[in-house]
Amino acid sequence: MTLASIIEPYVGKTGGLITALHAVQKERGFLPEDIEAVAAEVFNLTRAEVRGVISFYHDFKRAPQGETVVRVCAAEACQAAGGRALVADIEKAFALKMGETSASKDLTLEPVYCLGLCSCAPAAMVGDRLVARADTDKIAKTVEKTKKERVS
Amino acid sequence: MSALTLYLPLDSAAVALGADELGDALVREADKRKLDLTIVRTGSRGMHWLEPLVEVEKDGKRVGYGPVDESDAASLLEAVTGDGKHEKSVGVVEEIAFLKNQTRLIFGRCGVIDPVSVEDYEKHGGNAGLDKALKMDSAAICEEVFESGLRGRGGAGFPAGIKWRTVAGAEADQKYIVVNADEGDSGTFADRMIMEGDPFTLIQGMTIAGIAVGATEGYIYLRSEYPVAARVLNDAIANARKAGLLGDNVRGSGKAFDIEVFIGAGAYICGEETSLLNSLEGKRGEVRSKPPLPALEGLFGKPTLVHNVISLCSVPAILEKGAAFYRDYGMGTSTGTMPFQIAGNVKHGGLYETAFGLKLRELVEDIGGGTFNGRPVRAVQIGGPLGAYLPPRLFDLEMDYETMAANGAGVGHGGIVIYDDSVNLLEQARYAFEFCVEESCGKCTPCRVGSVRGVETMDRIRDDIDHGKNVDVLQDLCELMVDGSLCAMGGMTPIPVQSAVKHFPEDFGIKPAKQAAE
Ligand SMILES: Cc1cc2nc3c(=O)[nH]c(=O)nc-3n(C[C@H](O)[C@H](O)[C@H](O)COP(=O)(O)O)c2cc1C
Ligand code: SF4
Ligand code: FES
Repeated sequence: MTLASIIEPYVGKTGGLITALHAVQKERGFLPEDIEAVAAEVFNLTRAEVRGVISFYHDFKRAPQGETVVRVCAAEACQAAGGRALVADIEKAFALKMGETSASKDLTLEPVYCLGLCSCAPAAMVGDRLVARADTDKIAKTVEKTKKERVS
Repeated sequence: MSALTLYLPLDSAAVALGADELGDALVREADKRKLDLTIVRTGSRGMHWLEPLVEVEKDGKRVGYGPVDESDAASLLEAVTGDGKHEKSVGVVEEIAFLKNQTRLIFGRCGVIDPVSVEDYEKHGGNAGLDKALKMDSAAICEEVFESGLRGRGGAGFPAGIKWRTVAGAEADQKYIVVNADEGDSGTFADRMIMEGDPFTLIQGMTIAGIAVGATEGYIYLRSEYPVAARVLNDAIANARKAGLLGDNVRGSGKAFDIEVFIGAGAYICGEETSLLNSLEGKRGEVRSKPPLPALEGLFGKPTLVHNVISLCSVPAILEKGAAFYRDYGMGTSTGTMPFQIAGNVKHGGLYETAFGLKLRELVEDIGGGTFNGRPVRAVQIGGPLGAYLPPRLFDLEMDYETMAANGAGVGHGGIVIYDDSVNLLEQARYAFEFCVEESCGKCTPCRVGSVRGVETMDRIRDDIDHGKNVDVLQDLCELMVDGSLCAMGGMTPIPVQSAVKHFPEDFGIKPAKQAAE
């Protein structure tokens, strides 16, 4: 699908640009270089306006992400339940810092600010799988599981 | 084949603790036994330490087993088809003290019913509030809400009835109901739970609001971190349309109301209502200056009633049982019930709906059971990232708007995060600034730049560089942020910081001042 054909259905919808950007990201994994020009054209906005929207939101990524994205909660309730140590441990286990993608592009580590799992903290999300009472072992196993699913 | 129905939560917390894998294992084991198994996916009861909690009906009562995982599937089926005995049995679920002692005006059906079944909803008393509202004139509905004393549950605690009157009184060709389901506060999950476990109550609250203020379109602004809630809401809305609860002719009344779900894109500030409205218009989520109030010029410049999820979910009970009934719960100007959320390092974490006025100590110690790891509680943070840190010596404070405000704290969205004695409050205060750096919308300097300075200042205090001077810098910085910020992001970030300094000075290398001032 071309970029334009992905985003066209959202023209005229409330908040359409944001929904369109989500759709592009779902399809392509990130927002490619030419998204600004195409979205500006389709939504009748300036490129600066589109760029402004993209840069405002944490969800929108300008570069390809790892095949599996591991998001570890960095917010208070998780901190209270050992989240700071978990973040350090995960960084060590995967040899990546928060916000980085591995050279082989198989993994991205990312902080997230609350997943609403604060009563069974610390929490993480591996791909679209939620993990509560998370530890490095549980997260690593979930990463393996998502990898296997992708292969099959 | 014998038949068996089990209830298993689809709630994110249960799923994150293995509910889906458990469901698969139960189906496999049932097949082996040639058992005709139906699994009804429900919301969560809110006793998250028991999740996944499987329930089965026995002699008209639901009995539970939890926390169970995949490896328990076989023995669980043996138990529920046999004498019911199992090491994970928790007995009759509604007899568990944590649940039994609650007053569930909002969450009564959560964890009980199939959240997307209109039939199940109505069997459990759903839509009684709407049916009453449809027989009233719109001004009378607004008055009922005003009389109930309901205050906004999103954080600011503004009287709902005043907002309803304002929107109702505004002349416009189009008005909107916008639900704030951005729930960004750490330690909170009440919005998520009700949207996943009983979305028709939100739909009902929104519909009543639409009829009362004259709005025909509603939006739910949902944070992108809540994919389960998105799925359940969309299914529920589709089913509500089919059942004539939404659309051009709500329940045959001739009145129109419909709802759309909009997914945000990861920005804490979009929980602030004007930022949210910009975002819903597809723009950067920058905060707007007020006035104009969103009630007069909101979404696309039209009169808009913006409410938190729980505020609107309180409305059906108010209409059904009446303002006087609702007002009887709570204390002072904090009327009705609040779903408190007990989180962090806690033994019995979850959701506890009760009338305002409970002591903090009851929530932390009696209901929450103290810390998960058994260490002493040293601090709690109440009301999210912009809320105060309080020490155990203040745990006798009552949880209501006035008492909290009088002590430099706030109820916020009702989240309570518990910390054990390993917490370092300087690190927590530093984090408050870090979070503000990360999430500021960038519109005003005290917030954008002040938060960066805050992190630096905190580092100097920690590293004992010009300690005394930097403690003063910190206080000045906080004052500047309070006075010069357009919204509460910058304006309230000093609350966690200054409460931490005040109640835990030793963590900042400050000699405790005499406690007499307290
Ligand atoms: C930084 C910031 C974040 C906020 N986040 C939320 C939120 O996530 N959910 C919410 O309902 N209200 C949030 N609010 C409060 C809203 O601005 C607004 O007061 C609320 O949506 C009004 O609804 P209510 O009257 O039902 O509380 C936030 C406010 C600020 C300043
Ligand atoms: S206080 Fe911060 S978040 Fe609020 S308007 Fe100013 S810069 Fe934006
Ligand atoms: S703070 Fe981590 S899930 Fe809420």
